[in-house]
Amino acid sequence: MLRLSIQARQALARLTLPVLIVVSFGVMLLGKADTLIAERARTALGDGLAPIYAALAAPLGRIHATITETAALWDMREENARLRDENERLRRWQTIALALDAENQRLKASLRWIPDPDASFVTARVVADAGGVYAKAVLLSVGPNHGIHKGEIAVDERGLIGRITEVGSRTARVLLITDLNSRIPVIMETSRAHAILVGTNGARPRLQYWPEGIVPQEGERIVTSAEANAFPANLPIGTVHYTASGAPEVEPAAMLQKLEIVRIFDYGLNGVTAPEPPSRPSPGRH
Amino acid sequence: MAVIDRRPGIRPRASLGRRLDVIARVGFPACMTVLLMLLTQAPLEIPEQAALLPAVSLCCVWFWSLFRPDNLPPPVVFLIGLFMDLLGYLPPGVGIFTLLAVQALALAMRRSLARRGFIWVWGVFAGVAVAAALVIWLLTMLLTFRVLLPYPAVFIAALSIAIFPILAVPFAAAHRSVADPDQA
Repeated sequence: MLRLSIQARQALARLTLPVLIVVSFGVMLLGKADTLIAERARTALGDGLAPIYAALAAPLGRIHATITETAALWDMREENARLRDENERLRRWQTIALALDAENQRLKASLRWIPDPDASFVTARVVADAGGVYAKAVLLSVGPNHGIHKGEIAVDERGLIGRITEVGSRTARVLLITDLNSRIPVIMETSRAHAILVGTNGARPRLQYWPEGIVPQEGERIVTSAEANAFPANLPIGTVHYTASGAPEVEPAAMLQKLEIVRIFDYGLNGVTAPEPPSRPSPGRH
Repeated sequence: MAVIDRRPGIRPRASLGRRLDVIARVGFPACMTVLLMLLTQAPLEIPEQAALLPAVSLCCVWFWSLFRPDNLPPPVVFLIGLFMDLLGYLPPGVGIFTLLAVQALALAMRRSLARRGFIWVWGVFAGVAVAAALVIWLLTMLLTFRVLLPYPAVFIAALSIAIFPILAVPFAAAHRSVADPDQA
């Protein structure tokens, strides 16, 4: 250790804080100049922390299950009646859906329809909320030889949740459709009009840029569009809902607030994916 | 680091166990802060959980900068800030700057605040938390070139003020017992 006089040492101690504050501005500039550094540091950190969170998930899940079970026991009677009603309604819909499906197959057969290629998928557990106050994302725990790539599509049991934006050796980050940076080409199901779904960091992303003369209808279903080759066509996203100020938003079908298990589909699309950084060797697909 | 003890008085010989004890006590504030930050990222499934990370970091840095500034020096706060930026997906540097500014304020007000009661410490922290949330919001907007809703900033400030007493009570107990190097 350097031998300094007491005065010099006190002056140094007093200087540390201002100097570090200046350095923090330097970090801001560095983060602005090279966004890859922060991204890589985050991926490495996520890889390191994922096992801890995965280990924590089991006891936390048990606590949650106990709480929800107690709540469910409380209003079981009402729930039962509601479910019986719903079951009856769904059975009616099921017969309609089966009839439509059969008709669809017949029509496709007579049209010599080229079937969409089958997509391969992997299933992964959500281990942490990888967003922040100003970002909406989740961290998935995936095995060491996962073969997941940037730009693949994440779906829960109800609908689209987002796309893979960062892939580490054990984790993958999914940018949710509600994130401020999310832009998704969509189709309104009844009018077949194209639009863009824009994330706002709020619970419901906003619908923008639909063609003139068409108005999104309240309750209309929104599905992905195959335009720009980033998504497959017709993945369910949600339904249109108007805000009090009259702006159309989309209520996501997926349960974005409590994601547990997520399926990641590889449709072989790479329309608007950013290229992988060249210096990082990406694990081979096969 | 070779720290030469210059305080007057007679103390037991620095054996290995005693030295480890002192290190543990000195490291308590920083380790506790990092541990709590990690815990806020666990899958707790609390709505608006993301706001917990900045709130917890602000509370910890404010408390330990007031009561044990020697054990939470600026370089450590710098690292905690960097950790907050990486964990919370803030633009790098925003958390570092905010936490260092909070520490600077705490150090400046230390002499006058330490003599007064808890209500004063909490009251001043309320102002600091509002300012810090505002700084995070403004810097994030500046660095991402986006207009962001002010609602999360309001929530961070409110959450910080609300959880400060919950953290401060065990911290105060630790401050007098396990985080005190003189008791080693």
